[in-house]
Amino acid sequence: MGLKRSKTLMGAVAGVLIASAAMAQVESTDPIKLTLHDWSGQLINTQIMGAILEEAGYNVEYVQADYIAQFAGLKTGDLDLAMEIWATTGQEALDEAVASGNVVNVGETGLQAIEEWWYPLYMKERCPGLPDWQALKACAAEFATAETAPLGRYVSGPVTWGGFDEERVAALDLPFEVVHAGTDAALFAELESAYQRQAPIVLWVYVPHWAPAKFEGEFVEFPPYTPECYSDPSVGINPDAAYDCGKPRGPIWKAAWAGLQDKWPHAYDIIEAYTLNNDEMSAMVADVDLNGESIEDVVNKWMDDNEDRWTAWIAR
Amino acid sequence: MSARLGIWLGLFGLTLGLSLTSLGPDWLRVYPDAWVLPLKDSISGAMKWLVEQANFGLFTFTQATRGLAWLIEQPYNLVRNLLESGFMDGVGRRAEQIVPPVSWLAVIAAVVALGHYAKDWILALVVGLAFTYLAVFGQWESAMVTLASVLIAVPIGVGVGLWLGILAYRHRSFELILKPVLDLMQTIPIFAYLVPILFMFGFGPVSALVATVIYAMPPMVRITIMALHGVDPEVVDFGTMAGCNRRQMTWRILIPAAQKHLMVGVNQVIMLSLNMVIIASMIGAGGLGFDVLSALRRLQIGKGFEAGIAIVVLAIAIDRLSQAFAERAGRITAKPTGPLWRRYPRSTLVLGVLVITGLLGLVWPVFQTFPERSALTTGSFWNDGIKYLNINFFDTFEAVKLFFLNFFMLPVKRFFLGIPWPWALVMITALGWRFGGWRLALMALVMAALIVVTGLWEKAMITVYLCGASVVIASVIGIPVGVLAGVSARAGSVIGVVIDTLQTLPSFVYLIPVVMLFRIGDFTAMVAIVAYAVVPAVRYAAHGVRHVSGNLIEAGVVCGCTRTQILRHIRLPLALPEILLGLNQTIMLALSMLVITALVGTRDLGQEVYIALVKADVGRGIVAGLAIAFIAIIADRMITAGAKAARIRYGLEETHG
Repeated sequence: MGLKRSKTLMGAVAGVLIASAAMAQVESTDPIKLTLHDWSGQLINTQIMGAILEEAGYNVEYVQADYIAQFAGLKTGDLDLAMEIWATTGQEALDEAVASGNVVNVGETGLQAIEEWWYPLYMKERCPGLPDWQALKACAAEFATAETAPLGRYVSGPVTWGGFDEERVAALDLPFEVVHAGTDAALFAELESAYQRQAPIVLWVYVPHWAPAKFEGEFVEFPPYTPECYSDPSVGINPDAAYDCGKPRGPIWKAAWAGLQDKWPHAYDIIEAYTLNNDEMSAMVADVDLNGESIEDVVNKWMDDNEDRWTAWIAR
Repeated sequence: MSARLGIWLGLFGLTLGLSLTSLGPDWLRVYPDAWVLPLKDSISGAMKWLVEQANFGLFTFTQATRGLAWLIEQPYNLVRNLLESGFMDGVGRRAEQIVPPVSWLAVIAAVVALGHYAKDWILALVVGLAFTYLAVFGQWESAMVTLASVLIAVPIGVGVGLWLGILAYRHRSFELILKPVLDLMQTIPIFAYLVPILFMFGFGPVSALVATVIYAMPPMVRITIMALHGVDPEVVDFGTMAGCNRRQMTWRILIPAAQKHLMVGVNQVIMLSLNMVIIASMIGAGGLGFDVLSALRRLQIGKGFEAGIAIVVLAIAIDRLSQAFAERAGRITAKPTGPLWRRYPRSTLVLGVLVITGLLGLVWPVFQTFPERSALTTGSFWNDGIKYLNINFFDTFEAVKLFFLNFFMLPVKRFFLGIPWPWALVMITALGWRFGGWRLALMALVMAALIVVTGLWEKAMITVYLCGASVVIASVIGIPVGVLAGVSARAGSVIGVVIDTLQTLPSFVYLIPVVMLFRIGDFTAMVAIVAYAVVPAVRYAAHGVRHVSGNLIEAGVVCGCTRTQILRHIRLPLALPEILLGLNQTIMLALSMLVITALVGTRDLGQEVYIALVKADVGRGIVAGLAIAFIAIIADRMITAGAKAARIRYGLEETHG
């Protein structure tokens, strides 16, 4: 994946200075193993973290791993660090792993996950009243296909993502049928197909992701999420049903093997201090997925532009 | 005969009636949760114990599997360094390359030399062009990673397969145990045992290699057993007379005599290993499979397609090479004499290219790695093509889809889901008895009952419906095409290329475009299954029609049959057993595609396996995987028995042959 020997001059100079200072203190020269998944944001995030750890003198290794299956490796110490566990999709697995005592939650990455029903902007003309969710009731027929008519068709994520869309549709009395995609590739293939034809679609979109940068559109505004709305039927618009509100938004966590802190205490501190924000991440994802830049270049650019930030984390 | 047919028609009518009327209480159709055996929890518990507590005294189970993983990893790292990354000092971004990998020109020279050695200049040209394609289209590094995994997985698969085969040949009882295990290895979807493998062998390429070996090995074992039994008894007698001991008998007599057949097994292992690249890349193998996945996640269809085609090209090159080696086996050539370079002209040449390009590469990098900038791409062509189809023909596709859904798929689905499960068990047993006597009846009953009691009945019926519908369509398309390929040589060569491509092109490549054109749903899944499962239907039909005995056709010509009559009355009936075997393989491939179609969003056993993978639930995955395997085994046994009956009817086989 071409990560080798790729330092810009600035980074190299700074790297030598810090590395020579830090080298002596590195607790273990064993490589810290970071997991890579298959979406660009995570690759960028992970490789920035890896670059910073290298600047601090640590050895770093990247391992390709499945998003949920990686917890098996994090528990045993086969893998050391996962940079993106989304509260919206990975919370259950993370909680289970943390409860086992072998995995620790190292805190927020600073990125905020948003997941919600989303439509392309051209649907606003055909369904006036959007983004308010009430509008969906009136124009469900606009979103219908031959297989779902007279109900509208809502494309939800893989069943493993959860999301309670069937419950939401029932609780809010929306005339929609929920169709689950098997993977997010299939999910966004639906969007691309509909967008090319300017055809009606409403589907589950999450950010940070490249789709909102490529396609113009908006999230539907449901009654805002509260924990009580999910747990207590009497709360919310529908007094008899839970889930009568939008989806929760939440942080993206960093998760590590529990032994990381003992083996590389200073690295643990750096990892804990590391944060990004949604705007810079979205810009980088767009650079990679839409403008065709390589992940390596984007990571190096971030490292050059944000030297103050990461040197402060290392100095902590 | 007709009375018997009447009984079966009556039973079918009864089933249809029961399905449509939905008489009786609900539990007849939906197996109640309260009655489900918690088998999956027991399996998960056993796995946990094995990984966390099992101890052999000197070492734990986990230590043993990790030791094995380390052993496999060493040669893998060596080959990968040699082909792709070069030898490094240090790790990660700070690593410095000490020795570069073998240059692209040297690798191409090596495969050209191999091609010439194995067969002739034509083969050398074909494999040379294939590898040049990989370089020119910018797939080189990934292709070398994939090649490295294949180079490690194949010797392990062949070696272990050969060893198991020899053991089974020597000990009849071992063969009896091994046969069902092989059936399961071939029919349980890989996703089902991926999680336990990750637990045992750790994260990374080794687990991917182990999964690949498990999937690719069974044909080697089967072919070894068959080939050893097939060795001419006179050859064996000769060995006995010459006073061979058992070891000498195996390695000096049996294996050389069976070499040609064994090479077919090697070829199968190679092809199946290449089929695994996508799934292996999901758990850390990297390479071309990973490129396909990540490109399609970004909806870069063209890029995914190019990586997919690179897999096809690589597969075809390796396949032709290994086939040539198989044919070469046993050919005796005079040993050349003279100085070293004259005795080994090809090795000398490759070594020369290696050294020269290595040295030149130090100054001009183009000799070391193909320049990225000059790489060709057809990416936008494919993207635009799909877009054009989508914008202009979506409504036509939609109409075709609705026709199939309303008049074919949905009625079939309703039929299968409506059958009360106790009645279905009765019918499966009866069918087993009809085709294969009481043994098959008992086996079918036990397997079907296990599916019921693990609470997977409904998903199993959706599986049967989806695969059944796909197999019907695949046969309707595949058998006529196969017959055409068998009758006409010119059509045959064109169809052959298409079939080879369909077989090795990872299905994920066309899954996403199909979703774009047909949306998420059962029809999309069916299109993907048909595209993959049509291959054996074509292949076996072509093979069957082509290999009808020349004498019989001669007889037909003498009787004054027209070409059509020869086809209808001689070729087709005689090819029937072969076509039935093709149908059998079509069913197997359709079932193996289920896990892939779960990525579209189906609600069958494939989805169950996929959910288990995502949730890292060992027991759930294995139980669902076994359910798929049971369906496959029941179908396989019934069709095999049916094909045998057909062979006996047409006098191609003795009653007790």
